[in-house]
Amino acid sequence: MINRRQFCKRAIIAVGGLMLPLAALEIFDPRTLQAEKETGNKTRWGFLVDTRKCVGCGFCVKACKIENEVPYDANVTRTWVERYVVTRDGKTYIDSPKGARDGFTSPKIDQNHHGMHEIPPQEVTKAFFVPKLCNQCENPPCVQVCPVGATYQTEDGVVLIDRTWCIGCGYCIMGCPYSVRFFHPVHHVAEKCNFCYHRISQGMKTACVDACPFGARSVGNLKDPDDPVTRIIMTERVSVLKEEYGTKPQVFYLGLSKEVK
Amino acid sequence: MKNHVLRPLYVALALVGFILFVRKLLVPVDFGIYERGYMYGWHRKSNEAEWKGVRIKYKTDKGCRDCHRDKYEEISKSGHSIISCENCHGPRYEHPKDPPGLTVDRSRGLCVRCHAHIPYMTGGRGDIPGIDPEKHYPQAECVMCHLSHNPKPMNQKREARS
Amino acid sequence: MGHGEVWTLKEFFVYPNEYIYWSIQIVMYPFMTGLVAGAFVLSSLYHVFGLKQLKDIARFSLVFSLALLPVAMMPLMLHLQQPLRGINVMMTPHFTSAIAAFGIVFTTYGLIVASEIWFVYRRFIVESVLELRAKGEKTSAEWLKLTIYSVLSMGAMDLSPEALNKDERAVTILAGVGIPVACFLHGYAGFIFGSVKANALWMTPLMPVIFICSAVVSGIALCLLTYILTMEIRKLIAAYNRKTYPKEQHPSPEELGSVELHVVKTTAKYLVMFLVLAITLELLDLIFRGYTAVRSWDILRRVIYEKDFVKIFVLQYGMGNLIPFLLFLVPGLTVRRAAVGCALCLVGIFMMRWNVVIGGQAFSGSFAGFMEYKLPLWPDDLETFKEGLMGALMVAATPFVLFYTITRILPVFGVKDSH
Repeated sequence: MINRRQFCKRAIIAVGGLMLPLAALEIFDPRTLQAEKETGNKTRWGFLVDTRKCVGCGFCVKACKIENEVPYDANVTRTWVERYVVTRDGKTYIDSPKGARDGFTSPKIDQNHHGMHEIPPQEVTKAFFVPKLCNQCENPPCVQVCPVGATYQTEDGVVLIDRTWCIGCGYCIMGCPYSVRFFHPVHHVAEKCNFCYHRISQGMKTACVDACPFGARSVGNLKDPDDPVTRIIMTERVSVLKEEYGTKPQVFYLGLSKEVK
Repeated sequence: MKNHVLRPLYVALALVGFILFVRKLLVPVDFGIYERGYMYGWHRKSNEAEWKGVRIKYKTDKGCRDCHRDKYEEISKSGHSIISCENCHGPRYEHPKDPPGLTVDRSRGLCVRCHAHIPYMTGGRGDIPGIDPEKHYPQAECVMCHLSHNPKPMNQKREARS
Repeated sequence: MGHGEVWTLKEFFVYPNEYIYWSIQIVMYPFMTGLVAGAFVLSSLYHVFGLKQLKDIARFSLVFSLALLPVAMMPLMLHLQQPLRGINVMMTPHFTSAIAAFGIVFTTYGLIVASEIWFVYRRFIVESVLELRAKGEKTSAEWLKLTIYSVLSMGAMDLSPEALNKDERAVTILAGVGIPVACFLHGYAGFIFGSVKANALWMTPLMPVIFICSAVVSGIALCLLTYILTMEIRKLIAAYNRKTYPKEQHPSPEELGSVELHVVKTTAKYLVMFLVLAITLELLDLIFRGYTAVRSWDILRRVIYEKDFVKIFVLQYGMGNLIPFLLFLVPGLTVRRAAVGCALCLVGIFMMRWNVVIGGQAFSGSFAGFMEYKLPLWPDDLETFKEGLMGALMVAATPFVLFYTITRILPVFGVKDSH
């Protein structure tokens, strides 16, 4: 048996030995420190959704799928529209059949396994549509948890995925509180909305913004105070989704209701 | 005989050396820490350009107006002017080079996206003139009777009115 | 078809991209690493803390933890969408991710276990080399054995008392260093889940500790069970030998049996100790969630008390914890009862992993709907094989195959080791 003295000695050695590799994990890179101070960047992409204007036509979802080559019939999508129907007895019914790729064409609510639920029109107290997309968070938890650096944030705030480097572990999918991520059915890597990075970086708008007939969606540069989107965010009462996760989402909503999840 | 106790350690060191060597070979040269720091900016820089280079499919109405100015002006007076041409005519790609003609979606499914009547009085959906797709000529395509570019009721196709 | 669509059943409102992305293999992963860590801790009880009663099972569980080691990685590889890129974790590790250090921790741990085994078996290896060399006529099997043992000896042929003494010290140090690393390897698996803030069920700082305790339980249970089974087989072999070669000396069944019971009783004490710890922490977590009742509690309560009631309270706590607990604590423990208790413990720990991994995905992030995992039984394609029953069985069977192979070279019984 060992005595106390020996035990203490061994314990200290063991703990010390354990601390060394842990300390090595901390990377002190001058570039990191420099990057945190740097503020020369002129662009930060943000998004504005006006839920009061959305009618649930789903043109945005259709355009997104085609523009970004997400297989049209696969039940995954970079952007989608949710319908919320609140009834007289205080219940909330939510659905998004096929992500609203074909729009909402029936008053019946899709309850998945439980089939379609019919609500008499006189029972409905409020009903509205909420488009969803990647929030391009300021503190993206999906990027934090990527074990290989296959997903990252660009200087202008968009979170991208490196399709040649992703190992497909799914940790980012689990880490996203908004469930915007999924596995691409063809490339078998993580996939999500990137604000149509190929379009916005060329001065265009995202495919969903261009496809929306009602102006419910708009994309803009949050660092430009004259940008119409930025002006609305600065002057009107906007809200974001799931603030409690500390992700600092950069998709802002007008007319959001408390029922929205 | 020398101390044999360290031999497993040499094996371990050889393994570490091997991994570092493989790392040198496999990791792309531009992999590193960029603007957003190690937590959010650890990536292969050239991937940004790859994403910027994705082919654009929806070229917006601007291109349509340049060639089809007369049509464009005419349609812009109708109630459907808020709808992007490509929503119904399909993404333009390099048209007219490639594809020379576009596949127009004339399906009923396209119209009922907005015009299936859902009586929600909060929000704009309830205000859009709508039908019950199951009762309003369920077998027919909408374009048989309605002019999609000029959808006012009095502008319904002549043969349908008579 | 999106990944996960085949086996996910949705109920009420679930976000369009939500599926059970982490399926059976991610249940197997903490289960298998738990077995590795537990087996190692068991062997270290003897090597570091000098619990002489455990000598027999110590070498056994050490070799078993080596056999389990590659299997801890297997489920991860099987669940990756790009398995060939798994090496990227070592190439460009992103240490803000809980998964990134896996390759490093895993390799370190593997090296520690392998070196420890090397020191334990060095005397045996060297003696085998000398014995085989001394033999004049050698069959090809013997040549092969000689080559393997020569490579394994790494040229360290010194068997002087000082050298053996050094081996012994090296084993103690390695076993001592190994315990925190084994706990780290597994506590870390708990951290992978516990740090996901997007998942209401997983996010708790207790997760790593709960994982370690249940890991030790499952590791000890598996080693004990395998030990009992091996001993039974040895008894049968001894009986057969006695019949066939009555002139030679053989251990009597009573002899083997008394050794066995002694080991089983001692080991069972440690098992119960860790079992109590694991249950306490899990219940603490559950009570705390109910008491604080934050926003997610509504949906969690429905999952825990309604959807997964049978899996959690009947299979995990009842069958997997309470019954073995009673079996071990009722006085007069027999080998057979211990075996049943161990088997039930393994079921309990497996169900605990299942309820954490699958249960954590049983509700939508919208808190407005549920998802159910329909385990693919018979594979239709590679995906349903990998993430179905067959893939899980393959993972579960591998350590036994490996254990058998390793013991052809490094036998666990009847060896004079350096220690």
